[in-house]
Amino acid sequence: MAQAPAVQPGTVTDRPPRSPRSLLAAAEIDTRLIGMIAALAVIWVGFNLISDGNFLTPRNLFNLSVQSASIAIMATGMVLIIVSRNIDLSVGAVLAFVGYTMAMAQTDWLPNALGLGLGHPATWIITLLFGIVVGAAIGGIHGFVVAYVGVPSFIVTLGGLLVWRGLIFRYQQGQTIAPMDPTFRLLGGGGPEAALGATLSWVLGAIICIGIGYTLIMARRRRRRYGFPLRPMWAEAAITLVSFGVVIAAVAVANAYPWPDGLAQAYAAEQGIEVPPGGFSTGIAFPVVIMLLVGLAMTYMATRRRFGRYVYAIGGNPDAAELGGINVRRTIMSTFVLMGILCAISAAIQTARLNAAVTNLGTQNELDVISAAVIGGTSFAGGIGTIPGAILGAVIMQSLRSGMLLLNVDSPSQDVVVGIVLVVAVGLDVFLRRRTAS
Amino acid sequence: MTMPDSTGPGNLPDPMAMGTPAIPSADDGPPPTVGPRPAASTEPLVEMRGIRVSFGGVHAVDNVSVDLHPGEVVGLVGGNGAGKSTLMRVLSGARPADDGEIRIDGKPATIHNPRDAKAYGIETIYQTLALADNIDAAANVFLGREIKDRLGALDDGAMESATRTVIGRLNPRFKNFKSAVRSLSGGQRQSVAIARAIQFNARILIMDEPTAALGPAETSQVRDLVAQLKDEGIGIFLISHDIHDVFDLADRIAVMATGKLVGTVDKHSVTKDDVLGMIIIGKMPGEVSQTELQELVHS
Repeated sequence: MAQAPAVQPGTVTDRPPRSPRSLLAAAEIDTRLIGMIAALAVIWVGFNLISDGNFLTPRNLFNLSVQSASIAIMATGMVLIIVSRNIDLSVGAVLAFVGYTMAMAQTDWLPNALGLGLGHPATWIITLLFGIVVGAAIGGIHGFVVAYVGVPSFIVTLGGLLVWRGLIFRYQQGQTIAPMDPTFRLLGGGGPEAALGATLSWVLGAIICIGIGYTLIMARRRRRRYGFPLRPMWAEAAITLVSFGVVIAAVAVANAYPWPDGLAQAYAAEQGIEVPPGGFSTGIAFPVVIMLLVGLAMTYMATRRRFGRYVYAIGGNPDAAELGGINVRRTIMSTFVLMGILCAISAAIQTARLNAAVTNLGTQNELDVISAAVIGGTSFAGGIGTIPGAILGAVIMQSLRSGMLLLNVDSPSQDVVVGIVLVVAVGLDVFLRRRTAS
Repeated sequence: MTMPDSTGPGNLPDPMAMGTPAIPSADDGPPPTVGPRPAASTEPLVEMRGIRVSFGGVHAVDNVSVDLHPGEVVGLVGGNGAGKSTLMRVLSGARPADDGEIRIDGKPATIHNPRDAKAYGIETIYQTLALADNIDAAANVFLGREIKDRLGALDDGAMESATRTVIGRLNPRFKNFKSAVRSLSGGQRQSVAIARAIQFNARILIMDEPTAALGPAETSQVRDLVAQLKDEGIGIFLISHDIHDVFDLADRIAVMATGKLVGTVDKHSVTKDDVLGMIIIGKMPGEVSQTELQELVHS
């Protein structure tokens, strides 16, 4: 299509705006996301001050990233479920069931029934893919009953919560299954070898920076092609600099976390090299890499594919979506299939990290996942929520727990704080949304 | 009684309140001559025959037959609950008929859902507008028919560009292409809904109360648009509670009452009062008895 004559240039001027709000508006930055980043900064700096500088250490931030990963992965799927006006209460139970299934697969079925033996190099990937298929199937059952039978998702997944956790006990009467396959264990980020190391971490950082730059340039080129208002150059530059800075800082922090002394000595002796002065860099943990990939894929699906557009349209107005010719039922079912797949990925991370499948795997994860999505700006009214927001929400939740643990706050008191934060965060969001609406 | 706002579904005003004193009136054109429509020069674009829809035991649409020719506007009028919207929902695929036949271009058509209807070139502007409030204008215009790029991803630029063109034609002052349609005014939202219907080369357009939410300027834009689409050979079903709108825009007027078709009349062979009489009494002008007229006048 040729350039539309109706386009009104100059709705965004190159004149620098004055107030912070109009600055953000001109740069087309999501103010809600900025607010969450600010809240996270306050939490981090606050805990760091109270704990005498023990919070913002490479070691703590590394652990925080690993602990956030499995919740963040599931939260990205929960966003789409809640956006389309549903809920999934079963994610913790599904995670536990799939975790057990994968544990059985790698310790019993693959080595014995298929005759691969223990420690076969393909065990981890077969196990993971099998788990994903099982997760997708469970999600498919939930989604089918919700979308095609018409049972409310609250009921279906409440039933699912009981069923899937109950079914664990059909495997080995609910005994702990351990240990996991050595390669599979790397998925959990449990040790220094379950991370990228210094060089690969920098490579990953560089790839992310190139990706950000490419996306920004392509977006600008597309807007110019259609003659749409362009973002002012100062805003483009600021966004580029800030995002590159965050990526570089994250990699630097991960690399500043050294291997434990014992492991480093043993590894150096084995390789016949000296331990470098700062120790071996751990780098970015594998679960975090998985989380980044999942976040990227989910963001792409939510914002750039028809599927995501339909999920949001259904959340905004289910009747309009139906009248627009969208296959609402299939779309809803797909969100649950996706949720099942994400539960399987998180199940792999958690069992790998524990090096075991235990019956209380994923207990209360449904609450953490829903909280992460909601703190991340997902609205129960439907139609509103973002994937990056949910990931940030998961990091905020985990930061609170990790910080309180550092201050020796006991677990029940942590629950009290997290519960209050959840309600206050949503209350604040509702308040601000009402104010901007009027 | 004043005209209530008609943005919600099904709150049509009492037909007695439709602007003109109902009956009797002397200043309105020649005496009514009701007859069959002059032989149509073209084959009907749409024929709906013996359509029935019932909700529970209630016949919302009871054995109704209407047709529509290319370049023709058929006004569909009737009181609250007369079944006009339900009849049109059958044609737009939003609700299946329990019985009856739909023919498009003389051939039997099967319409089970909105996708089927759109495949036949049937576009609908719903009274409720049927917009997803949380997404922007372009996303609504292309909802269900998104433009994709080579990789199968959404081509938002192409969609926004096309949307700017089509909305620019309807409402040149429309600028909020980046905001969710929730934040738009009633007239702007209406523009989005109309843009969606005309973007895809509709052959048959159903307009359910298209001017209900509009101010005078926007209403006249919609009227111009209807005339223009008519010239392009599009057939239009126009549901309206405003009898002036219908008389200005429609070629023929189909009157429904309590689910039944009272009759379809040529605009030039009846007066507004005749049509109001049909709406209220549910009979063709020639069939109304003196007692019924008396009752109406004194009620």
